[in-house]
Amino acid sequence: MIAAILVLLVVVGTVVFHFWSPWWWTEIASNWGYVDDTIIVTFWITGVVFIAVLLFVVYCMVRYRHREGQKAEYEPENAKLEWWLTGLTTLGVAGMLTPGLFVWGQFVTVPDDAVEVEVLAQQWTWAYRLPGEDGILGTSDTKIITFENPFGVNPDDPHGQDDVLVESDELHLELDQPVKVLLRSIDVLHNFYVPQFRAKMDMVPGAITYYWLTPTRTGTFDILCFELCGVGHHAMRGLVVVDETGAYESWVDEHPTFAEAMEEARNEMSTEPKLVLKQDDAATGARAVTQ
Amino acid sequence: MAYFIPTAAEDVAPAEVAEVDLYHPHSFVTKYVFSQDAKVIAIQYSFTAIAIGLVALVLSWLMRLQLGFPDTFAFISAEAYYQFITMHGMIMVIYLLTALFLGGFGNYLIPLMVGARDMVFPYVNMLSYWIYLLAVLVLLASMFVPGGPTGAGWTLYPPQAILSGTPGSGAGIILMLVSLALFIVGFTMGGLNYVVTVLQARTRGMSLMRMPLTVWGIFVATILALLAFPALFVGAVMMSLDKILGTSFFMPAIVEFGELSDYDGGSPLLFQHLFWFFGHPEVYIVALPGFGIVSDLLATHARRNIFGYRMMVWAIVIIGGLSFIVWAHHMYVSGMNPYFGFFFATTTLIIAVPTALKVYNWILTLWKGNIHLTIPMLFAIGFIVTFVNGGITGLFLGNAVVDVPLSDTMFVVAHFHMVMGVAPILVIFGAIYHWFPKITGRMFNQTLGQIHFWVTFLGAYAIFLPLHYLGLLGVPRRYYEMSDTLFIPESAVTLNAFVSVVALTVGVAQVIFLFNMIWSAYKGKKADPNPWRATTLEWQTPENPPAHGNFGPELPVVYRWAYDYSVPGAKEDFIPQNVPQEEVPNTEGGLGLPMPAAHQPAE
Amino acid sequence: MSFFRQLTEKSWLPGRSKGELPEGSVYYLPAQTIAVRLIMMVATVVFSLFVVAYGDRMALSDWHRFSEPSILWANTVVLILSSVAWHWATINARQGRLDGVKTGLLAGGGLALVFLIGQFMAWRQLADAGFYADTNPAYAFFYLLTAVHALHLLGGLVAWGRTVLRVWRGVAVAKVRLTVELCAVYWHFLLVVWLVLFALLWFT
Repeated sequence: MIAAILVLLVVVGTVVFHFWSPWWWTEIASNWGYVDDTIIVTFWITGVVFIAVLLFVVYCMVRYRHREGQKAEYEPENAKLEWWLTGLTTLGVAGMLTPGLFVWGQFVTVPDDAVEVEVLAQQWTWAYRLPGEDGILGTSDTKIITFENPFGVNPDDPHGQDDVLVESDELHLELDQPVKVLLRSIDVLHNFYVPQFRAKMDMVPGAITYYWLTPTRTGTFDILCFELCGVGHHAMRGLVVVDETGAYESWVDEHPTFAEAMEEARNEMSTEPKLVLKQDDAATGARAVTQ
Repeated sequence: MAYFIPTAAEDVAPAEVAEVDLYHPHSFVTKYVFSQDAKVIAIQYSFTAIAIGLVALVLSWLMRLQLGFPDTFAFISAEAYYQFITMHGMIMVIYLLTALFLGGFGNYLIPLMVGARDMVFPYVNMLSYWIYLLAVLVLLASMFVPGGPTGAGWTLYPPQAILSGTPGSGAGIILMLVSLALFIVGFTMGGLNYVVTVLQARTRGMSLMRMPLTVWGIFVATILALLAFPALFVGAVMMSLDKILGTSFFMPAIVEFGELSDYDGGSPLLFQHLFWFFGHPEVYIVALPGFGIVSDLLATHARRNIFGYRMMVWAIVIIGGLSFIVWAHHMYVSGMNPYFGFFFATTTLIIAVPTALKVYNWILTLWKGNIHLTIPMLFAIGFIVTFVNGGITGLFLGNAVVDVPLSDTMFVVAHFHMVMGVAPILVIFGAIYHWFPKITGRMFNQTLGQIHFWVTFLGAYAIFLPLHYLGLLGVPRRYYEMSDTLFIPESAVTLNAFVSVVALTVGVAQVIFLFNMIWSAYKGKKADPNPWRATTLEWQTPENPPAHGNFGPELPVVYRWAYDYSVPGAKEDFIPQNVPQEEVPNTEGGLGLPMPAAHQPAE
Repeated sequence: MSFFRQLTEKSWLPGRSKGELPEGSVYYLPAQTIAVRLIMMVATVVFSLFVVAYGDRMALSDWHRFSEPSILWANTVVLILSSVAWHWATINARQGRLDGVKTGLLAGGGLALVFLIGQFMAWRQLADAGFYADTNPAYAFFYLLTAVHALHLLGGLVAWGRTVLRVWRGVAVAKVRLTVELCAVYWHFLLVVWLVLFALLWFT
């Protein structure tokens, strides 16, 4: 009896914890409300099954516990019952899968009016590149990365000249403007994730991956690296700021274009030929330990 | 089906091998060290697996100390933390769970349950254990090389696994890969034995459908392992070459800390596909034996036949087959072609249907039963609770779009610990308690067993349930420390501290188990040969514990399935498999039960 | 399909008097035969995955086509002859002719050794020409695939060595017949694997 009560407490405790614990997702700041809705649907369907199955176990533990002279019923199978249960389960599964596939369809289909933003990851910092006035990002290659050209932008590509370079962990996005986030890594796997946006994708060296979203409220949110990327993984953070249009544009104007940056680098080279590679604090600290 | 006419002595089917033909040990060394007796090998496998498992347990304490009380323990650096998570994961999945279920329970139970004297190839079986031991030693050695063991996470994703930004990227990762390759070679030897023994060495009358579900689970899991481990092997070999020879199988052009490496053009995703083509079946390699064992525990201790035996067998086979076409659900956000998501989300959710059916049949076995809440039964119920919980969170993560926010969060950690950590380990405990009287000939202490169960079950549940909600909040896995964020409330720190305290308690409670087992093996009450009044053949051996050769001069003959509990008309509430219908004591005080009218031939 | 047909048995129905009980084996085959088939199945998975990885990697831009050393043609002929010798040994074993078995065994194993030496020479030729594993994945795969195939063949040679010892110690032909047959099957399997790998390497 005590055993049955304890199992019952587990069920009740789970439900209580689910509804009354203070830990729940952060308020959404993107268009992916459908993702949250799918999670809620899944919670309800699976929650009902969880409670029903375990209450049935508790019932059996009480009703059919061993007593003197009791005998179990001999019943090898009950095909009808099993098929019914299979059918019901299939319905439940379809109930979760169908919305899931629809929303996934939206997730993988980037709208035409999305602007591109490139996120460049390396151990253990973030940098960003915006397409500039022509709206097109120049081509790039890991193999031509130098200190002067940290993004590896192809200098011969005319689309690349006006690209805006943001060498900082902070990225700004424009409110209500769909964004296609292009993801690049130059060393290991990383993952660009903002919990309030609900969308993430790994960054794979040698490839460009992407996802899209529309920021739906202004604010400042954490960027976290979400794929183990070495000893500084937990310190690979950044900030994303969602701005109104005006504030966003003035932020963009603060940053140099690729052409300007190259020009500046050439000038600096002529005056100060010996440059030491700048490294992030986390990177230097961690490197010192691993070596 | 080609019929083969045996013409030479060597070609006789193994079931016909007379007892005199068996290998017989002559010294202590051949009997207990280089033994070819599956039961001794099983115990060697189990001891080794549990010993290395204890190392993994201690590693988990260290991780929990860091997560619960960051900035408190100076000796846990970020490097050390990532090494702990990697070693913990690898040991638990491969060196503990796989080895214990297949090498331990497989070796002990398959020959006994199918009525064979031993495995078909005892010598190869012995080699299998020693290679496994070597793999474990190489793994341990990697902890003592310069740079320490690898800290690449148990998934060992390149490029980071072999680059200097990851701890243990020198000798550590190489030894890890060598150890895995050895494990796979050793396992393949054992696996051949399990499959051939089940196929060919069953005793007369033991048709496939009369086998206990434990054997079915281990059998199908072994086939999965034989087909899945090669993928890990291929991945490990190619990654070793990338590391040692500088090839570029998985390594693209990389700028590492400002310098362009010599690697070029490789595909990191190729490794991930290989890894998960192994990695997902691996989940079922651990789960299916657990499914089988828990079915037998429930039936025996509820005194009722397993409900829907045929469906249970079919579900095991179907789950095993489907497990090979769901692997990329681990890769929804890996950067692979996003359109694969539609296919893999669908197959993944389909696999939930046969799995759910198994759960229904377990609880329907309890229904109208005669439930003895023995220690093994409690563990079986604990399994149902944690498995159902972990199974339904799998429906979250298997659905591509729900996985997007949840992947790589604590939700994933909570999910897989519940479903393939806690649940299978509860089965292992239940199974050890269940078969302890058979293995040692003595009974364990009931009170200690009760304490062990409740602390472990309730504690483990209290550890992993809250972690789901931290994941939902957005707390990532594999983070040495969260430090300051804008979205994680202070209360999460308190919750982490609570989880850590519970984890340490549950860990310490395992001492009770170890003490109970060791003490009872020597000082426990002598056990009845069939204390649970079970039907399967291992309980019907002439000696207890069974001697070499298992069944004395004559192999048992099987007349019925493994689940004749509470048969109407029979005097006892169980009929062992080797009792013919004419000799069953009936309620009228005589012998014999009526023959069924309908009789479907087996062949 | 007897395995799957057995899965429909309603096994809870007891019965069958002692005489008509089913035998405890699914296949009317010796355990060793099934074991060798399982080994070949596992090896097939290993080689298939290597081939899939090869195809995947080949599609990437840095792939380098090169012409394999022509000694591979000679090696292929040697391996075919080795398989033929094993087949010859099998026929003799079935007919109980010890001399034929001995000749077949020596030729089969010896030719396999020649094949391995030939493969090693192919490696040397490539390396002497300055093509190493890290030069390009195409070379890396060449070394890798040939090495894995050679390791499988070495495993077969262990079984071959045991059989030769038994035969020369005077074990009756009937006792080694099964081993010879299984070795031959394994050799044919490795020949097929090699032909597939060779074609793959040659044409890409």
